Amino acid sequence: MAATGSNVEEIRNLVVLEEFGVKNVHTTDFPGNYPGFQDGWDMKTFQKNFRIDVVHLDENNIEFDMVGIDAAIANAFRRILLAEVPTMAIEKVFIYNNTSIVQDEVLAHRLGLVPIKADPRLFEYKNIAEEFGEQEASEIDTIQLQLKIKCSRNPRASKESSDPRELYLNHIVYSKDINWVPLGNQADVFADSRIGAVHDDIVIAQLRPGQELDVVMHCVKGIGKDHAKFSPVATASYRLLPDITLMEQVEGEKAERLKRCFSRGVIDLEDVRGKKVAKVVNSRLDTCSREVLRHKDLKNLVKLGRVRDHFIFTIESTGSLPADVLMQEAIKVLMAKCQMLLNELSSAGTQ
Amino acid sequence: MAGDGEKKPKLEMVQADGAQEDCVTFVMHDEDHTLGNSLRYMIMKNPDVDFCGYTITHPSESKINFRIQTRGGVPAVEPLQKGLSDLHQVCQHVLNTFQVPPRRHFLVSVCPLQLKQKKGKKRNLKAGGSVPGASGPPPHKPDQNNEGGVGNG
Repeated sequence: MAATGSNVEEIRNLVVLEEFGVKNVHTTDFPGNYPGFQDGWDMKTFQKNFRIDVVHLDENNIEFDMVGIDAAIANAFRRILLAEVPTMAIEKVFIYNNTSIVQDEVLAHRLGLVPIKADPRLFEYKNIAEEFGEQEASEIDTIQLQLKIKCSRNPRASKESSDPRELYLNHIVYSKDINWVPLGNQADVFADSRIGAVHDDIVIAQLRPGQELDVVMHCVKGIGKDHAKFSPVATASYRLLPDITLMEQVEGEKAERLKRCFSRGVIDLEDVRGKKVAKVVNSRLDTCSREVLRHKDLKNLVKLGRVRDHFIFTIESTGSLPADVLMQEAIKVLMAKCQMLLNELSSAGTQ
Repeated sequence: MAGDGEKKPKLEMVQADGAQEDCVTFVMHDEDHTLGNSLRYMIMKNPDVDFCGYTITHPSESKINFRIQTRGGVPAVEPLQKGLSDLHQVCQHVLNTFQVPPRRHFLVSVCPLQLKQKKGKKRNLKAGGSVPGASGPPPHKPDQNNEGGVGNG
């Protein structure tokens, strides 16, 4: 960990990609590691250097840069998004009738995985004491849904038709067939929000004439740690910003080849007095394939790395909450963890 | 996750017989790398700390052993407390930064990527900033006023 003068900054700030491995992977800027550096925690410095740039935002997706934070904390946010931000999902399925070919337990599992559009912040966790006796579902912790559908022959189908879409009615059960049955005062409280499946076109089962489904479902609040169906995100990931440095001027045929070693848009060729000179224009677009290191004459002209504290987050929501709200919820979950332990510490101290 | 009632403490202190209070292992129940690693980072940033590390005792036990050793006779509880409140402050700052309306962010974001935005469907992140930790109704209503796109030009 001891570093010599000139490359200290590089060791601290850059994860270096080399031909046969990755260098300077770990965070090393702790007090005592580098003479002459004040590496103790300083809130002011953090607040000065930290920034978030939202790059893309739509209904279910967000991409943003989180700069000036350590991987340990960025990773905590990512892990919380996957496993600890609550959502509502179907937990209990009461099957009154199921004459389809889908077995009851398979049907129940399929229903459980359907994303539910309902704001989990407006519900409570269902009481755990429930295991010791059947507890009534209440309006504060449960959403009741119903799926009642029967397949029949289409009387208006033509004689020679063999297309099930024409021959039968209701032969495919979609998630849009699931109806919300408000409990207690839910009809008033959630009057302007449409509770139900996020997507209308999820196939739940296929039926033939005479077969039917009659099912009541209870959705409860839960977290992804307990079951993946509660996970609020399709993906939540980050990558580090790629960093490409040209060590000397690259021109002519070499420049052309250098350009082709990287993803499109990373390297541009500029015309300098009739010569084509390579220039890094947008290293962010690079996939870090390290193709350039396979070229013997080029590999010493570039330095590849990733910026240690520049995280490019991508969050894709399953639709229960918008992606930006999920991020805010994740931050609050980590805060709640800290607060809980702080309370625990102070209560232990007073005893 | 679901614990068995609230009798069990979330945090325990384990010390070897005769050990000073500057070498302590804390047992945190129902925690994992999420808190373990981020808290370890914050505590290792403290110059009073000689050693800080954590381990997940067994994959089927949901607890971590969190070890702190300090310099100069400082009780190990102090850096833990400082680490937790620092981490809390960091989260608060991240949350505050994130809640700033994106309008300003777009101006400083990487130029070529702005082109990736789709037409329409742009929403303001709770424009006007709002109260962190508010537990009111869902604050995310698609914002209608696009005002001819954000940050183009």
